[in-house]
Amino acid sequence: MALTYVAIATTTVGSGGTTEIEFTNIPQTYTDLLVYLSIRTEDTGAYNGATKMTFNNNSNAVYSFRRLLGNGSAASSSSGSSQTFIRVSNNAPTTSDTASTFSNSMLYIPNYTGTTAKSTSEDNVSESNTTTAYAQLVAGLWNPATQAAITSIKFTRETLNISQYSTATLYGIKNS
Amino acid sequence: MPTKLVVDCSTGVTTEVELTAEEIAQREADAAAFAEAEAQRLADEQAKAAAKQAAQDKLKALGLTDIEVAALVGA
Repeated sequence: MALTYVAIATTTVGSGGTTEIEFTNIPQTYTDLLVYLSIRTEDTGAYNGATKMTFNNNSNAVYSFRRLLGNGSAASSSSGSSQTFIRVSNNAPTTSDTASTFSNSMLYIPNYTGTTAKSTSEDNVSESNTTTAYAQLVAGLWNPATQAAITSIKFTRETLNISQYSTATLYGIKNS
Repeated sequence: MPTKLVVDCSTGVTTEVELTAEEIAQREADAAAFAEAEAQRLADEQAKAAAKQAAQDKLKALGLTDIEVAALVGA
């Protein structure tokens, strides 16, 4: 049976944290990509911004998103167009939250080698072991002026660092 | 010096790389932009909450009960 779900690369953030995690030289031999992201931040405060996802070092205003969010007591939605990134892993635990809790995301990127706009979907829960736990679904789109296959993916915090023990793993998905 | 993690998928090797001066400047600009946008978002939220409370108070002054006000404004 052919391998259809392959771990391409993984990394764990070390002591002192990091400003960003970038997967480069992504092989063009799969059908889709899947990223598991487990993030904690060195931010403080109740709301700390998002993790920014960009492709191919493109930070032009060519991204858009639609988001559905629940926090245990209320639901809301938001959207944005002409963004310079796709927001993922929103409301990740900060230094103010319970220790050793993380925001966990599954990001799916179909047809990443194609030359049309790239859609993404995120399934995320930020567990902080308190009464408020954020759960969200995010649909994203990368629609650059010149379409290209995705060869790199970058995750950067909107404010301070990604904390130690955060992880990111990139998988390749084949349809046969 | 702040650093970033670069994971080369062709080798599986992760390298810790120091940010360039340009990347640091961009990061500081992004953080400032976020702080400004977040301050605006909080101000908008407070203004919306204040307007809602003012509307509820006016409805009560007209003689509506709390249940009737809640039915109208969802509070």
